[in-house]
Amino acid sequence: MSDAKTAENPSKSANSRKIAVDVQGASKIFGTGADRVAALDNVSVTIAENEFFTLLGPSGCGKTTLLRLIAGFEQPTAGQILLEGQDISSLPPYARPVNTVFQNYALFPHMTVAGNIAFGLEMLGKPKAEIKQTVAAMLKLVRMEDLANRKTSQISGGQQQRVALARALAPRPKVLLLDEPLSALDLKLRKEMQIELKRLQHETGITFIFVTHDQEEALTMSDRIAVMSKGKILQVGSPREIYDHPAERFVANFIGETNFLEGERTKKGVKLANGVELAVSLPEGLAGKSQVTIVIRPEHARLTARAKTGLPGILRHVVFFGTDTHYHVDLDACGEFIVREQNNRGAAPAFKAGDKVSIAIGENAAQMLRD
Amino acid sequence: MARRFSVTSQPGFVFLAMLTFFLLYLPVATLVFYSFNAGVSVAIWEGFSLRWYHTAMANEAVQEAALRSAFIAFIAAIIATISATMAAIATTRTPEYPGLTFKYAFINQPLMVPEIVTAVALLIVFSRIKIWTDYSGLGYLIAAHTAFCIPFAYLPIRARLESMDLTLERAAADLYATPFQAFRRITLPLLWPGIIAGFMLAFVTSLDDVVITEFVKSGGQETLPTYMLGQLRRSVTPEINAISTIFLGISVLFVTIFFLISRKKN
Amino acid sequence: MAHAAHHAEAARRKDIRNRWMLASPALVIIFLAAVGPLFVMLVYSFLAKGDFGNVKWEFSTQGWFNVVFYRDIFDDTLGFADANMTIFWRSVRLALITTGLTLVFGFPTAYFIATRQPNKRDMWLFLITIPFWTNILIRTFAMQEIVRNEGIINSALIWMGLIDSPIQIMFTEWAVLFGMTYVYLPLMVLPLYASMEKIDFRLVEAGYDLYATRLQVLRRVIIPLVKPGMIAGSILVFIPSLGAYVTPSVLGGGKNMMLGNLIALQFGAGRDWPLGAALSITLMVIVTAALLIYVRNAAKSGGGAHG
Repeated sequence: MSDAKTAENPSKSANSRKIAVDVQGASKIFGTGADRVAALDNVSVTIAENEFFTLLGPSGCGKTTLLRLIAGFEQPTAGQILLEGQDISSLPPYARPVNTVFQNYALFPHMTVAGNIAFGLEMLGKPKAEIKQTVAAMLKLVRMEDLANRKTSQISGGQQQRVALARALAPRPKVLLLDEPLSALDLKLRKEMQIELKRLQHETGITFIFVTHDQEEALTMSDRIAVMSKGKILQVGSPREIYDHPAERFVANFIGETNFLEGERTKKGVKLANGVELAVSLPEGLAGKSQVTIVIRPEHARLTARAKTGLPGILRHVVFFGTDTHYHVDLDACGEFIVREQNNRGAAPAFKAGDKVSIAIGENAAQMLRD
Repeated sequence: MARRFSVTSQPGFVFLAMLTFFLLYLPVATLVFYSFNAGVSVAIWEGFSLRWYHTAMANEAVQEAALRSAFIAFIAAIIATISATMAAIATTRTPEYPGLTFKYAFINQPLMVPEIVTAVALLIVFSRIKIWTDYSGLGYLIAAHTAFCIPFAYLPIRARLESMDLTLERAAADLYATPFQAFRRITLPLLWPGIIAGFMLAFVTSLDDVVITEFVKSGGQETLPTYMLGQLRRSVTPEINAISTIFLGISVLFVTIFFLISRKKN
Repeated sequence: MAHAAHHAEAARRKDIRNRWMLASPALVIIFLAAVGPLFVMLVYSFLAKGDFGNVKWEFSTQGWFNVVFYRDIFDDTLGFADANMTIFWRSVRLALITTGLTLVFGFPTAYFIATRQPNKRDMWLFLITIPFWTNILIRTFAMQEIVRNEGIINSALIWMGLIDSPIQIMFTEWAVLFGMTYVYLPLMVLPLYASMEKIDFRLVEAGYDLYATRLQVLRRVIIPLVKPGMIAGSILVFIPSLGAYVTPSVLGGGKNMMLGNLIALQFGAGRDWPLGAALSITLMVIVTAALLIYVRNAAKSGGGAHG
């Protein structure tokens, strides 16, 4: 039951580091009257220095708008954005020590690879020798030394991605913003670039703010994730916190697969409709309501033959997935529940459709939602 | 043997298309053909000769008219291209704002009004100004040409701007380029093919104009087209075929260059 | 917080102001040498005609009166201006037939180009564009070579033994019609091509799959799909045909005047500027009406305005 409290600790330790970006009550409203849309609705978040911070959510959730506010391409309708303690809300993009890797890379088609990387340094008025040196170092960093004089239209998608990264890193920004930079790449290249990005962040020590709609990408790469929906941040935490302790239905649903069970709150935990009582961990900001929803991940439950303990039900479908098998169980009075079990080579599944079964819930497997 | 079924074909369409292309080029081909006639007729072939080209080249009225045409077209096209470029930047890549539709309609207005109407309206206004100011130079023709060239220059520049990725300038701003630097280093180089294409269209449009020039010109301000119009109303010799052929050659050259430029952008 | 909103609003205002400044040279030039004179002309249409052309500065509706009516100079009786009406009717008729003819020839041509291999389309399109950018006078003159008594049509007919002496085509309405069709054909082909190029031929396949014949596919699938292009092309041909000046004056001669020639005449030998101004405005109103019909149609068929 105290899990929710311990889960908060990693974010606390992040807060104790120096703050790179501090978004205070930022709102962004597009249109007026009937067309009025709040792309961002009073969002506050702090991002620590040298952190790999991910904004995760479906399209239209406001994650890109937040990124563009930090970059300076849009001005907030209300609120402030602080960079290392300084309000930058009213600065134009070219006066902010923040660089962006654009979704479609936005490489200048009339310049070479080296010309693109040098551009920011030239605009900052750096001496020629320094520019040359930095460009060479950046080309080396992204392993593109051989293609320095190619036109950007003559290189592959993965290479364009590297150039976009090098170009944004060359002026050594305080914060690097990445707007779904991997979405245009195929799966294999995307996996490679995920590792590459982690390496670059580690080597440069620059704060990365990464926008994606891909939950797996967010889980594998981030130090912390902010899950967004409809212009609001629903939950901020480490990948493990977000996965194991989703605070709201949307978060639980968006990240991984989940079973939802309705029940009544008791002193010990939650009592389900079939009378079984489960111990649960509590989310932050829980209101004192009695009817609650709990979530249990499919891999945190086990299928057993019908027993006294556990949740009783009837096995409806067995779906083979290669690495694991999904068992769809109709619970007595509690709806459908999916159990995921790892496959063993050669071992046939122990149950078949129609069997009367029970579901054993692991300790600490159940998480209560606040909505 | 059954004919292979083709989804795209329609009965008679290929024949009609070929006929159209034939009819489109037959008159022009005839015109070019008789420009090489040794005789004085534009209908009876008397053998190959370049005599009419020599005659046309030596004709001082033709030389003068051609030079005047080129001069007016050059000045008008330059002014039109510069103002059209600015107007294109002002009317593209922006959310709807008050006055945008007005500007768009206003710039394209010369395309919407029959040339003869603009021509007589200009005649009315310019004849009054001529009385007031006593100035009767080429300024009137240049002003009139510039106005109707603007929409032609505007079209390709606007098209180019709209197809340009707005994020490129955002990227430049992100990389510390001020708006002016971003324009000079990113927007202008990428817009350049559109500007060249716009200039070409404006130049050819000015060079080709008959109606407005005919009504706006003062005495002794013949351009090549108005000179030709005058000749057509009198007796016709292959000299006018020769002039037309040279003119045609210049137009084809310009259109080819325009075509190659606008293809390159893709 | 209100500060941020205020800042964004100020930036937007500044952007709009800059955009007005940038557009101003083009707007000023067009105002001075295209739009403004039209208003002056409107004023002139309500003035009295001068003795040797130009106008007298006194209000008069005589110009507009003369568009429709004619006062006999001998017995002062009032009648319809038959000559003007004939010319009006001829202009509308010839412009409509020209539009029809360009559609008949232009539709298969645009379709032909649109169904070529993508890399070959440019070449065909180029062949359409060249006459388009060739001086209208040269094209009219070229047509003159075809329709004159010693021209290709008559020579061919005589050679084939169909006629003994040349038939008069030059200086007839036929010559004007041929000339305008020839001159304005590219204006029909280009927008037609633009909408045909976008045809998804899977729709045509679906038509055939559902038992449509070729003609039915053309009528029920292809034509509805390219309707915006057909309307755009028709407007682009109709407007300059209606106001044509060069082609009728070279090929039609004095007997087959169209509106454009009638207007020009008032500023030349006719020496009736108010009438000329009134006729010009009438022409402009007809053209604007045609354009409005087009805009409404384009809006109805889902923003089919061509590029």
